[in-house]
Amino acid sequence: MLSSRSLAQALSRTAKASNPRNVALSAKRAMATVASDLVKPTKYGGKYTVTLIPGDGIGAEVTESVKTIFKSNNVPVEWEQVDVTGVVTGNSHPEELFRESVNSLKRNKVGLKGILYTPVERSGHQSFNVALRQELDIYASVVLIKNMPGYVTRHSGVDMCIIRENTEGEYSGLEHQSVPGVVESLKIVTKMKSERISKFAFSFATANQRKKVTCIHKANIMKLADGLFRTTFHEIAKSYPQLEVNDLIVDNASMQAVSRPQQFDVLVMPNLYGSILSNIGAALVGGPGIIPGCNMGREYAVFEPGCRHVGLDIQGRDQANPTALILSATMMLRHLGLDNHATRISQAVYDVVADGKVRTKDMGGNNTTHDFTDAVLKQMERQ
Amino acid sequence: MSAVRCLSRGLSSARPAFQIRSLLIQGNRFYSTNKVAQFKGAKNQNGNYTVTFIEGDGIGPEISKSVKDIFAAAKAPIEWESVDVTPILKGGKTTIPDAAINSVKKNLVALKGPLATPIGKGHVSLNLTLRRTFNLFANVRPCRSIAGYKTAYDDVDTILIRENTEGEYSGIEHEVVEGVVQSIKLITREASERVLRFAFQHAEAIGQKEVRAVHKATIMKMSDGLFLSTAREVAKDFPHIKFSAELLDNVCLKMTTNPNIYRDILLVMPNLYGDILSDMCAGLIGGLGLTPSGNIGDECSIFEAVHGSAPDIAGMDLANPTALLLSSVMMLQHMGLNNHADKIQKAIFDTLAEGRALTKDLGGSSTRSQFTEAVISKL
Repeated sequence: MLSSRSLAQALSRTAKASNPRNVALSAKRAMATVASDLVKPTKYGGKYTVTLIPGDGIGAEVTESVKTIFKSNNVPVEWEQVDVTGVVTGNSHPEELFRESVNSLKRNKVGLKGILYTPVERSGHQSFNVALRQELDIYASVVLIKNMPGYVTRHSGVDMCIIRENTEGEYSGLEHQSVPGVVESLKIVTKMKSERISKFAFSFATANQRKKVTCIHKANIMKLADGLFRTTFHEIAKSYPQLEVNDLIVDNASMQAVSRPQQFDVLVMPNLYGSILSNIGAALVGGPGIIPGCNMGREYAVFEPGCRHVGLDIQGRDQANPTALILSATMMLRHLGLDNHATRISQAVYDVVADGKVRTKDMGGNNTTHDFTDAVLKQMERQ
Repeated sequence: MSAVRCLSRGLSSARPAFQIRSLLIQGNRFYSTNKVAQFKGAKNQNGNYTVTFIEGDGIGPEISKSVKDIFAAAKAPIEWESVDVTPILKGGKTTIPDAAINSVKKNLVALKGPLATPIGKGHVSLNLTLRRTFNLFANVRPCRSIAGYKTAYDDVDTILIRENTEGEYSGIEHEVVEGVVQSIKLITREASERVLRFAFQHAEAIGQKEVRAVHKATIMKMSDGLFLSTAREVAKDFPHIKFSAELLDNVCLKMTTNPNIYRDILLVMPNLYGDILSDMCAGLIGGLGLTPSGNIGDECSIFEAVHGSAPDIAGMDLANPTALLLSSVMMLQHMGLNNHADKIQKAIFDTLAEGRALTKDLGGSSTRSQFTEAVISKL
């Protein structure tokens, strides 16, 4: 394990830690009940059924890696795979498959997911990734950014956690053309959703013994929208006097992130800034191939690589780094309470990376996805 | 250093070949004239150009003095006209004094130090006011690693152009019902075309072979989609320059991983993305104290240091004038005074690379005046 502050332990602790507070605040709460956000799915026949959406690009290759590792480790998880795709293929029915994946997730309450491609050109087609998050109301995206022992990048000592509002903001999908050549795009910020994401961030920080929570915004320009987000954050912060709290404008935060990333701990922000900062953050420690993440809601949890890249350019070449999805999958195991399996698998992954002999191209090696999977399997046998 | 392409060489260098082309294709143009934002100023009777100088607040006057001293030593044909832009409220709107507006309108070019926006007096940011008053539609932000100041990145040489008038900065916001706010991002073909055309022309002027539009059209299909489709249209007018497009996420990722890949690509993007990315690039090379900036408009252009006014060290002779100096170099290039620009730029970079007269923010122990003297001695 990277450290004792692993995410999934954190998530279950998040629930416990915020319990008493929930009661106190429940009168004021709308949908932000963090405790009930983490209902565990039920086990049938000794196994959990988990929805698996491999996604486009490198999805198939990296999910194969996860499946192989889970199987050899006898993880009590049964996959319910849905091959939904965002790529236009002609005679398929993308919408039907999308409905199927949503229904499957609603049934199983937990899923592991790659990234779905979003075509720029097709109008009227909303990103499936965004639609899925909105439909399931998995409002909190958690992205863990931390240096991996044994893998040296330009920056060291980075350990931050990005909590991103997942369901509104710039991703509302509300746009119209007032007259030809004039387009308005609506960014929606609500008190309720700002409140629940702030609460999630503070609960997360408390449960993980984190010290500081920083709110990222652009309230100097978007005085009402980001102003609401920032004010709400500071209101919620009053219930957590043990945590250090500050806020930063997004351009300054981006500048600080590439020069002194060590100053950041837990960051909470609206949707678009999360996309920007999780990409900057991923680059600091080694790229999207090693960044795990998840999306949490009141009822559902979907685990997917934290830095959401499809990887169409390296699709089918057996080059992709499966680390991000494997670590996301171990986060899922902890969410299911399968901590032993999770520790065993993640430890093996970290050992392989630290060992440095088997590395995929993104980490400067020339091993294939299969090589990496095999190395993890061997490492697990040795444990 | 100076062997490499200079910061924004020849913003204004005349391009007869292009003028002819643009006449030919004017029929299918929707907005633009032949050359966006060309400097049209003329010399005064002393053979000098008059430039409006907004010295700014805090450390502004000190770093402005460095620029004046160095320009005098380099015999640059510039006469300064200092103006005060302390904001006034006119009919409920924040504006700057008429004298300042008239000066910029007359001289067509200005250099500006940092301004402190008064907080809590209902003022719109002064920078925003200036941009609106003079319709400065494009923000040019070059970033180049400074030899002599070590960061995690030593190979940065990027140039970024940001749309400066609309997008997320439209200022159109309202509370629909209590607790629900809408903020409107406004993208128009006209403003997009203007900044894109300028980007292509700037690429031509500085010898950049590729222009890349940065967007998020996967999510904002109509607004960023319009920016992107306009870019594709404008690109047709510049067949000798390669055009490409890249998702904002990708640019953030790759720029932070390996900025070197953007060495030969000019990036152009809507307002907010430009704001964030340009500051991020500044972070790669050591902060806003080292990066110049130019705000380009159809008539006037204002070159400025984008860092803060640092009231805590004002008057102590500790401030680093590099950002304002490099902005003044960009200004000279915009005015076509490339010889003076090259000379001054080389002196600045050499002084920084030598590392003997660095100010405190760069880890040195020299004062601002010692740094200025060192630059002058290199001229």
